[in-house]
Amino acid sequence: MKFEKKDILGIKELTVDEINLILETAESFLEISTREIKKVPTMRGKSVINLFYEASTRTRTSFEIAGKRLSADTINISASTSSVVKGETLIDTARNLEAMNPDVIVIRHSAAGAPHMLAKLLRQSIINAGDGAHEHPTQALLDMMTIKEKKGRIAGLKVAIVGDIMHSRVARSNIYGLSKMGAKVVLAGPATMLPRNIEQMGVVVHTNLEDAIIDADVVMMLRIQLERQNQSIFPSLREYSQHYCLNRTNIQLAKKDVIVMHPGPINRGVEISPDIADDPSCSVILDQVNNGVAVRMALLYLLTGGNE
Amino acid sequence: MKLLLTGARVIDPSQKMDVAADVLLENGKIAGIAPELVKTINSKYPGKVKAIDLSGMIVVPGLIDMHTHLREPGFEYKETIASGSAAAVAGGFTSVACMPNSSPINDNRSITEFIKRKAAQAALTNIYPIGAISKDSAGSQLTEFWDLKEAGIVALSDDGKPVMDAALMRRALEYAFSLGLPVISHCEDINLFGGGLMNEGYYSTILGLRGVPSIAEEAMVARDILIAEFTKTSVHVAHVSTAGSVRLIREAKKRGLQVTAETAPHYFTLTDESLQSYDTNFKVNPPLRGIDDLTAIKEGLADGTLDAIACDHAPHGRTDKEVEFEYAACGISGLETSLGLSLQLIRDGVLSWPELIAKMSTNPARILNLPKGTLKAGADGDITVIDPQIQWTVDVKAFRSRGKNSPFHGREMQGRAVLTIVGGEIKYDGR
Ligand SMILES: [Zn+2]
Ligand SMILES: [Zn+2]
Repeated sequence: MKFEKKDILGIKELTVDEINLILETAESFLEISTREIKKVPTMRGKSVINLFYEASTRTRTSFEIAGKRLSADTINISASTSSVVKGETLIDTARNLEAMNPDVIVIRHSAAGAPHMLAKLLRQSIINAGDGAHEHPTQALLDMMTIKEKKGRIAGLKVAIVGDIMHSRVARSNIYGLSKMGAKVVLAGPATMLPRNIEQMGVVVHTNLEDAIIDADVVMMLRIQLERQNQSIFPSLREYSQHYCLNRTNIQLAKKDVIVMHPGPINRGVEISPDIADDPSCSVILDQVNNGVAVRMALLYLLTGGNE
Repeated sequence: MKLLLTGARVIDPSQKMDVAADVLLENGKIAGIAPELVKTINSKYPGKVKAIDLSGMIVVPGLIDMHTHLREPGFEYKETIASGSAAAVAGGFTSVACMPNSSPINDNRSITEFIKRKAAQAALTNIYPIGAISKDSAGSQLTEFWDLKEAGIVALSDDGKPVMDAALMRRALEYAFSLGLPVISHCEDINLFGGGLMNEGYYSTILGLRGVPSIAEEAMVARDILIAEFTKTSVHVAHVSTAGSVRLIREAKKRGLQVTAETAPHYFTLTDESLQSYDTNFKVNPPLRGIDDLTAIKEGLADGTLDAIACDHAPHGRTDKEVEFEYAACGISGLETSLGLSLQLIRDGVLSWPELIAKMSTNPARILNLPKGTLKAGADGDITVIDPQIQWTVDVKAFRSRGKNSPFHGREMQGRAVLTIVGGEIKYDGR
């Protein structure tokens, strides 16, 4: 199958066939990471720009490693959103980058829709590495890859996503992806963290953790932005962790072979108790990181016509 | 020279007139309306009458936009009084009332006088300045209403910002009412607004954009109705965008309160669904709402709850809009599309011709106490001629406005102003 998309802006725009192709390509790349020389020449002479308007060592490093393992030249640019007030606009920056003629531009931005703006403007392929509270497609793809790896399938599974759904791009991308792949998605979070009409996305919504994780095959805990405490979104971290932290007791409600995921970085004891996070029998958090590189390799490869 | 408009259908809601007749203009005033005037006038004043054949056209009292942002002084790159009034006549408007949120804000006599002076020099339409309610529209201290009135303002508003302090709003309504000045309320509870970027609902949820709940508008509409009732004064609600606001205003009117309201064409034409491309031309405040709100706005227009259609013409420069959605300025350059979009209401059976013209001319004149919006003999010769059949495509490059920010670019339209006459002079001829 030929991959037709110019950009990866969100999971919303991907078909089931495209998701399957990406996951299968990623699985085939997994092996490269285990080699002694972790490099293939596939993207030699091609270049990838990582344009990050939000600090994210994790995602940026993952993209950088992915590019390097495919022998692409990777350039990291850290920009500041404060430059929107004075200085270069995103459009100007984009036009400058275009002049450098890269093959792929990876962008992370705090403003939802910023990658879409670039995609409309530039002939280069754009990968959305997270835009505001909108989408984080590579995270959802690596999550799906991890679920598939551990459970052998996605269809028919019950996946609970717990936490600050309102501000989470990871949640939105996973809701699209997992629903398309046939999973049953259930959400839980304080009422103030559930965005309006979210049930129209085809999910079941709860306001307590226990109801959501009953018989769950997968529990995905979202990161709490600590500064939201001051925005009256929730009263205190203390109260949040008492009711929404996954621990030894409440995890018993889920299936025996439940896997626990987290997009990282974890606030230990807030979203997940340390003993669960570190328990290799259920926590797949480190597998997620490993699969992240493979998924990003797959996208770079497919977008630059690697499978033609 | 006399001007004789012949062969058109003449609609004047102020006289409940809807007839096939000729209209004579003389010395800048309406001199008379009667069928077949053309047969007698030419022989009466040979060589002194310029007759214009308007068969198939509709002649109405000059349209009035009661909510325009002309941007001058201070933001001349977005619009000037000259360019804004040129856009106005091209859109069929003979008068516009301009909001005070220029820079500096029109909160004192000298700014009002500056606008009047500029208008006298450069404007193609009548320009009616609106003064600020509070100094610098900061919401804490009343401006000198009396002085502003003497300088020539026709209404008061802190548009662009709400008056959050209910006590200040109470004082504003009381003081303004005693001076016969209407107060136009930009209804938006700033805490509920919460820095939102689009309507709060399913689409804000999937787009990950902070939502503006409909209650941000409705809470303040309710408050202002209560203040107007308590103080026995009047209030005009700007840019109504939600079903709840329509309901509140309808109930207030039913109880006999002096509440009037306007909506803008984008609120009965577009919904929040169209933001899915993150196109900043769809970013406007209040935001485009849901389909239920759009339906309620049409019902409010049809049953008279909403008195006026106003553009909320908000021109912006490219740099204001060609940025990330979150950072983009709010607003639509609306003067040149308003009539075309509003004519759809007639084809959809929402309004009759006289009802639409009332909402775009007679009612704004009444709300702002302007001696306009009528074709009665002796009235100012402000006339808009509409071709109801002409097909055209919106092209922002052809806008006379400096603001090319329109979500309607490329839209197919039917009907537009083809002749705009201000004070008996043809200021726009698009035939
Ligand atoms: Zn306003
Ligand atoms: Zn306005």
